[in-house]
Amino acid sequence: MTSEFWKEHENLYYALTNKKVIFGLVVFSLVIMLAIFGPLLTPYDYEEYAGDPYLAPSAKHFFGTTIMGKDVFTRTVYGLRSTILVGFIAGTIATLIGCIIGFLAGYFGGTLFDELLMMFTNIFVVIPQLALLIVISAFLKARGIVVMSVIVAATAWPWTARAVRSQTLSLKNQEYVNLSRISGLGVMRILKDDIASNMFSYVFMVFIQQFNGTMLATVQLEFLGLGPTRGISLGLVMQDAVNWNAIQLGMWWWSIIPGLILTIMITALYFVNTGLDAAFNPRLREM
Amino acid sequence: MPKNNENMMSVKGLTKVFKSGVFKPQYTVAVKDVSFDIKPGTILSLIGESGSGKTTIGKLILKLLKPTAGQIYYKNKDVAQINDKKEVKEYYKKVQGIFQDPFATFNPLYRVDRIFEIIFSSFGYDQTNKEERIHKVLNDVNLNPGRILGKFPHQLSGGQLQRLLIARALLMDVDVLIADELISMLDASTRIGVLNLLVDLCKENGMSVLFITHDLNLGYYISDYTLIMYKGRLVEKGDTKKVYQNPIHPYTKMLFNSVPDIGRRWDKEEEFLPEQVVDDVRKFYATNQGRGIEEIEEEHSVLFSLK
Repeated sequence: MTSEFWKEHENLYYALTNKKVIFGLVVFSLVIMLAIFGPLLTPYDYEEYAGDPYLAPSAKHFFGTTIMGKDVFTRTVYGLRSTILVGFIAGTIATLIGCIIGFLAGYFGGTLFDELLMMFTNIFVVIPQLALLIVISAFLKARGIVVMSVIVAATAWPWTARAVRSQTLSLKNQEYVNLSRISGLGVMRILKDDIASNMFSYVFMVFIQQFNGTMLATVQLEFLGLGPTRGISLGLVMQDAVNWNAIQLGMWWWSIIPGLILTIMITALYFVNTGLDAAFNPRLREM
Repeated sequence: MPKNNENMMSVKGLTKVFKSGVFKPQYTVAVKDVSFDIKPGTILSLIGESGSGKTTIGKLILKLLKPTAGQIYYKNKDVAQINDKKEVKEYYKKVQGIFQDPFATFNPLYRVDRIFEIIFSSFGYDQTNKEERIHKVLNDVNLNPGRILGKFPHQLSGGQLQRLLIARALLMDVDVLIADELISMLDASTRIGVLNLLVDLCKENGMSVLFITHDLNLGYYISDYTLIMYKGRLVEKGDTKKVYQNPIHPYTKMLFNSVPDIGRRWDKEEEFLPEQVVDDVRKFYATNQGRGIEEIEEEHSVLFSLK
């Protein structure tokens, strides 16, 4: 029974036995657990003046306190939550838009419809991301997590659309697509059954990469002061630290730890991604 | 046994040019000015070397490619005009194909049963005796339903997959079947069975088969009409017996000469160099300038020159 299962889900087997994937997943789950259970470990609120200012990490304040006496651990774990959430929402939106446009353009490759979609995509490619983000962010009076996600996703999807298009172009010439066509199946059904499902592993990796990318882009925006107008996020913690000269004052716990956690998480996802690449691509498989 | 003399399908001046590149396009002429008729209940074999455009013709008839020029008529209706979703389905209900590479024809993610399920759901067939009918066609192509159904394509052999595709076509009551290298993956023992099955179906149901192959012996065994393709053109066509007994075009002659024969040693290699054929064809066209396609006897025509 179990061996049958693995035979049918060969890719999953290769994915879950790949060392890079295991390492990445373990580290990533640790960070996720920190985001989920961290807030339960701390008695403080992230805006609360929790103790004396300028305290180094201790049993009472795991990551020390800020110059105002706020608890850095509390701020980091709450910030982590919202940063992951923004990354997740934005990554999902960007992957969805990219895939839909990519699938359609690829399936109708070479037609006017394809040309128009690609023109649209290329316009988004040439728009400098940061400049657009700054302009849009500046226009909005209040920015919450969802608005942030949409702004970031709006500039993140083009490369996915282009990559998915080229994959679709090669998949649509497979004979099984022709068989579906002469079986009278509609375009949407063929896209779903024959093309998208065969690209599942690829799309999955695209999603991880988008998740990474949008998270970084969000943190960048927040760091520049264009983050959510209320609440907390990793980028805001880091921006605060820089504004209050935490580095010059020797408060490494305030300036370095939040960035370090972000780096660890993104590195972990990068490991998962390269590991999956090897697992899904038989030619890269380590036997 | 043809029901009447009307053509089931008629191909007129079919041309397909592939274009690649947008700014500096390169053109490849795959099929050039091909015309032939398919009568009900007949088997035509389309014979030619690799790259001669055989498969392209099949795909054009199946509407998988759009012709650059020329028309395909199915029951006197221009196939290019069939665009409405419903009409397309009706067309595919009656005109079906079996592709060359059985491994590529199955989506690796699904169990093989899917190809049958799709037919029933897509064409709205009566579902009541679905299983029986599937089992019957599987038995017809010499497959054991219990050992085949529920498997994934990678668990089956090329021959089994190809027979599944044949079974799929048999499940439908088709008028025209495009069979591209149909039995290339079958072993000798199954081959005859499948061929005879096709012949029977033609005789009983008036199904026509366009048999795309490069196997001359097979063409002779099975087909009523023979079409010989060379470099995208139909160089000789007609009644199988007439074409085989009296080949005129140098390419056809070469083909017949190069068939390996049991009991004859292979020692004439130097005669069949490709350059030699190209040269012969060129001379042939040059000496017959201005003649084009001519019927040399009833149901036997030859391309004498490119005009």
